[in-house]
Amino acid sequence: MTGDAQRRYVDRTADLDAALELGLTADEYEHIKQIQGGEPTYVELAIYSLMWSEHCSYKHSRPVLGRFPTSGPRVLQGPGENAGIVDVGDGWAVAMKVESHNHPSAVEPFQGAATGVGGIVRDIFTMGARPCVGMNSLRFGELDEPRQRYLLDGAVAGIAHYGNCLGIPTVGGEIYFEPSYEGNCLVNAFGAGLIRTDGIVRAIASGVGNHVVLIGSKTGRDGIGGASVLASQEFDETLEEKRPSVQVGDPFTEKKLIEACLELIHRKLVVSMQDLGAAGLTSSSSEMSSKGHVGLDIHADRVPLREAGMEPWEIMISESQERMLAIVADEQLADVREVCDRWDLDCTVIGEVTDSKKLRVYWHGERVADIPSRRLADESPVIRTPSVKPAYVVDEPVAVTDAAYPQPQDHGAALLQLLAAPNIASKRWAWEQYDYIVQANTVQIPGSDAAVLRLKGTPRGIAFTNDCNGRHCYLDPYRGAKAATAEAARNLACAGALPVAVTDCLNFGNPEKGEIYWQFEQAIEGIAEACEALDTPVVSGNVSFYNESFGQAIYPTPLVGMLGVFDDVSVHIDAAFKDEGDVVLLLGDSAAWMDGSEYQKVAYGRVEGRVPDVDLELEVKLQARLRAAIEARLLKSAHDCAEGGLAVALAECCVFGGVNGGAQWADPEAPRAGRSGRWLGAEVDLGAAADVVGAAGRPDLALFGEAPTRVVVSCAPERVAELEAVLGDLPHRVIGRVAGADLRCTMEGEELITVPVAELHSAYESLPQRLT
Amino acid sequence: MTAASPLRIGVVIFPGVNTDGDTHHALETFPGVSAECLWHKDPDLKDVDGIVIPGGFSYGDYLRCGAIARFSPIMQPIIDFAAEGGLVMGICNGFQVLVEAGLLPGGLIRNVGLKFVCRYVNLRVETADTPFTSRCDEGDVLRIVIKHNEGNYTVAPETLARMRDNGQIVVRYVNAAGERAEGANPTGSLDDIAGVCNETHNVFGLMPHPENSVESGLAGGADGRVFFQSMIDTLRSAEVRA
Repeated sequence: MTGDAQRRYVDRTADLDAALELGLTADEYEHIKQIQGGEPTYVELAIYSLMWSEHCSYKHSRPVLGRFPTSGPRVLQGPGENAGIVDVGDGWAVAMKVESHNHPSAVEPFQGAATGVGGIVRDIFTMGARPCVGMNSLRFGELDEPRQRYLLDGAVAGIAHYGNCLGIPTVGGEIYFEPSYEGNCLVNAFGAGLIRTDGIVRAIASGVGNHVVLIGSKTGRDGIGGASVLASQEFDETLEEKRPSVQVGDPFTEKKLIEACLELIHRKLVVSMQDLGAAGLTSSSSEMSSKGHVGLDIHADRVPLREAGMEPWEIMISESQERMLAIVADEQLADVREVCDRWDLDCTVIGEVTDSKKLRVYWHGERVADIPSRRLADESPVIRTPSVKPAYVVDEPVAVTDAAYPQPQDHGAALLQLLAAPNIASKRWAWEQYDYIVQANTVQIPGSDAAVLRLKGTPRGIAFTNDCNGRHCYLDPYRGAKAATAEAARNLACAGALPVAVTDCLNFGNPEKGEIYWQFEQAIEGIAEACEALDTPVVSGNVSFYNESFGQAIYPTPLVGMLGVFDDVSVHIDAAFKDEGDVVLLLGDSAAWMDGSEYQKVAYGRVEGRVPDVDLELEVKLQARLRAAIEARLLKSAHDCAEGGLAVALAECCVFGGVNGGAQWADPEAPRAGRSGRWLGAEVDLGAAADVVGAAGRPDLALFGEAPTRVVVSCAPERVAELEAVLGDLPHRVIGRVAGADLRCTMEGEELITVPVAELHSAYESLPQRLT
Repeated sequence: MTAASPLRIGVVIFPGVNTDGDTHHALETFPGVSAECLWHKDPDLKDVDGIVIPGGFSYGDYLRCGAIARFSPIMQPIIDFAAEGGLVMGICNGFQVLVEAGLLPGGLIRNVGLKFVCRYVNLRVETADTPFTSRCDEGDVLRIVIKHNEGNYTVAPETLARMRDNGQIVVRYVNAAGERAEGANPTGSLDDIAGVCNETHNVFGLMPHPENSVESGLAGGADGRVFFQSMIDTLRSAEVRA
C-alpha cells in the first residue's frame, strides 16, 4: 500500500467562502446548513455544489419545461431518464437524446466535442440500446477569425475521432456561423440507439445489500468542476484557466464499455446501470438512490485511481470519462467480473445499496459525507427569473426600402454569393470526416434534408434531423423556435418519413437575466405549440444556460432533434433533381420575407425585423400531403426551402441533380452527371410567387426571401395530374421543369438568373477555401 | 467436409474493431456461408475455411494502427494458416494488421490531407488472378466507400517493382471513367494503390470497405459483393477438389 492510500482524511474548511468558490450562493449555503444540521463537511459541500449547479439541477428551467407535451402512444420513456424511448414498430424502439458540450468545447474544442459524443453515447447504451446514430449541431463565430477556424477544425476532428472509433455512423448535423457565438461556441451532440421494446433498463437502484460496482476507466482529476464552474457560469478572461475542467476522452475504452455493458444488460446480470457524466460519481449515485428510494454507501478509497494523492471530494466529483455505475446482486457478481475481464475493463465493488435513503461516502472506514439523496437529486432550489421582453424585439416586419436595401444589379451573382455563404454552403468538408455508413443501415447519407436508415430485418426505416435558426430565434424566440420545430418535421416529411418525437437542446444565455429568461419562456412556448400540432412529444432533452462571454449572450438556440419513421423505407426520396423534363412544383405557396433571412445578412449585413409565424394548420396539411405523394411514389425529389429562399433551394436541387439514390453526392470529382450524363439544370418562372412581405414585387425578395412551409418537388410529367389529386386543396403551383445545364429563373417572363449548374456547384462547394 | 455443408468464414475480433458486425452480416448475405467470430484471445481458428479481418480501431489505433493487434494470441494461428495457403482478407484496419504482421508488404501512413476521409471512391480491378477478384474482369470499376485516417500506402521502390511484376497490386483508385487521374486518389497512396496481395496471392488487404457495399437498397450499393463472392467461389472449388 502506498502512503497516499493510507493517508488519513483531513477535512477542509467548508465555510461560506468555500461554498462561494465552489459556485454555490450564500442562500444555498444557508439551505445546506439547515439540511445538514450545521456546517457540512467539505465533501458534502462539493457534492451539493455539483448537484445544485444549473447543469445538474435545471433549477432555472424546470418550472418552464413542464409546458412540453411529453406523452403519446409511441412514447415508452419520456423525459427524466438518460434518454427518451419511442416505439418505431415491429418490437423495435429508438432511444434518443441531444446534449450540449458547449463550454468544454469553447475551452478545448477537440476534447470538448469528443467527450460530448462519448457522453451522449453512454446515455443511450445505459438504457440498454445499441447506439446506431450520431448527429451534431455546431455554432461558431464568423470564419474570418482564426480562432473560429481553430474551434471548427478541432470540434469536427474531435467528433470524428470519437464517433468513428466507436463505429457509430454520424449521419447528419448542421453548422452555422454568427458573430454571437464568437466567445461561446455551441457543440450539441445527438445520439440514438436501437432497443427491443421489452429490453429497456432504467437507472434505479434497488435491493438492499446489492453491490455498487464501478466499471471502466480509472478515475483522475480531469473534469473536476466541469458541471459547476464550467457549464454553469459565463465565460470571462479566466477561460484558459478552465482548461483543467475539460475531460479527456478515450473512445477505445468506451467501445469496450459499450460491448461489455450491453452484454451485462442483455444477460440481465445487472439490476440497473447509470453512466458517470456531469458531476461523476456524485450525480450517478445520488440519482440512482433517489429514484429507487434507497441509500447508497460509497467507499471512495476503493475507486481505482489514475493519479496519486486524490482526496475523497475529488474522487466524488471527478468527471473522468468512460465509467459506468452498476447495481449488481451478489450471485451475479462473478459473471459481471467475467464479462468485464474479457473486455479488459476494471470492475470494482465500491459500495452497497442500503435502506438509509442517504448517499454516504466513506474514506478508509471514516464517514465523510452523509446526505439525504432526495435533497440532492430532486429537491434542489427552483428559481424563476421575472422575464423582461428585450427592447430590440419589434412587432413589425422591416420596410424593405430601396434606400436601406438597394436592389442587386445581378441576381445571378447574388445567388452565387448566397450559395458560398458559410451558413448555406456544403458542409462536405465536415461530414466527410465522419464515418456515416458503418453498421450497414444508412440509406441516405449527409447533405440532404434528413438522414434515413433502414431497420435491419424489417421493411421499416427511421429518419433523423436537427434544426434551429438562431437568428430567427433572436428576432422572435417564440416564432423562431416554433419554426425550428416545424422545419425539423418538414425535413423528415421531405424524405417521406412521419415525424414522431422530439429531443431538444436549449442553448441560452444567463438565465438570471430577465431578457434571457423571456427568450427561454418564449422559445419553450413555440416548441410546445408546434409539437402539439405535429403530434411529436418531447421525450428527452437538455438545457444549456450561461452561454455568454463578457456579458454577451449567444442567439437563443433551441435546437430541435426529431425522429421520423417509415413503414416502408424504400419509398424514401432525396432533394436532387433526377431527370430532364420532370415538372418542378412549389408546395405551400406563402409570401417571402426579408426579415432574419440569410439574404438580409449576406447582402446587406443586417439582422432586423420580425420573422414570419408558421401557420401550423397549413404546415400539418403540407407535410401530410407531401408524405402521401411520396408513399404513392409520385415524387422524384423534395427539398425544403430554408436559408436563401426559393432560389437557393432550386440551386441545391440542381447541384445535387442527376444523383441516383444519393451515393454520388460523396464524390466531389464526378460532375453530378447521373442518368443524363451531365449537369442537370432547371427553368423556373416565379410568376405570382413574387408574393413578398415588406416591398411589393421585388424580384430579389421572391428569389431569396424566406418563408416557412414551402417545399420544392419534382415529378414525372405523366404523373402530375395524379400528384395534384393527392395534393388537393394544399396551395401548390407548377413553377417550371428540369431542363438544360443552367438554372434559369424568370419572373413573368423577365430574365432574372441564368447560371450554369457547374458554377453553382463551385460556389456551393467553396467552404474549404475559407478554412485556410 | 461435403460441398453441401456451409462454408465457415472466420471474422476476427480485436477490441476496438467496429465492423465485425457488418462483416458478419455481409458474409451471411451469401447463401451457404456461415460467419464465425474469432476472438483475439482464442488460441486457434475453430477450423474455419477462410478468414476476414474486419476494420475499425483495434486497440484504439494506439501506438500505430494494427501494431498492438499484431501481437494478439490469434495472430500466430493466422500467420500459420496463411503460410499453408489459407485465404485471408484484411479490410481497412485489417489491412493495417496484416501489414504489421508482415503478411503483406509495405506500410500505411496518414492520408495526405491529415484527416479522416469517408468518401465513395472508384476502384479499378488490376488483376482477376487472385482468389479475391476471380469473379471480376481486369479493368472493372467498382464504387465503394473508404473511411480511414491512415490509408496512404507506401512501399520501397524495389518491392513495388516486384509487386507490379508479380500481379500483387489488386485494386487502384481511379476516376469514374476508370482512369488514373489527379484527385481520384484521396489518400495520397503510392501508385494509387487501394489494395494489395502477397506473393502467393492468398492474403489480400484493401482500404475500402466492401462489407458496407453488399445491398443495393442502401447508400453503400452492392459493388463490394464481388470480393466476397470471389473468395467464396475459390473456397468452394477448393472444397470440391478436396
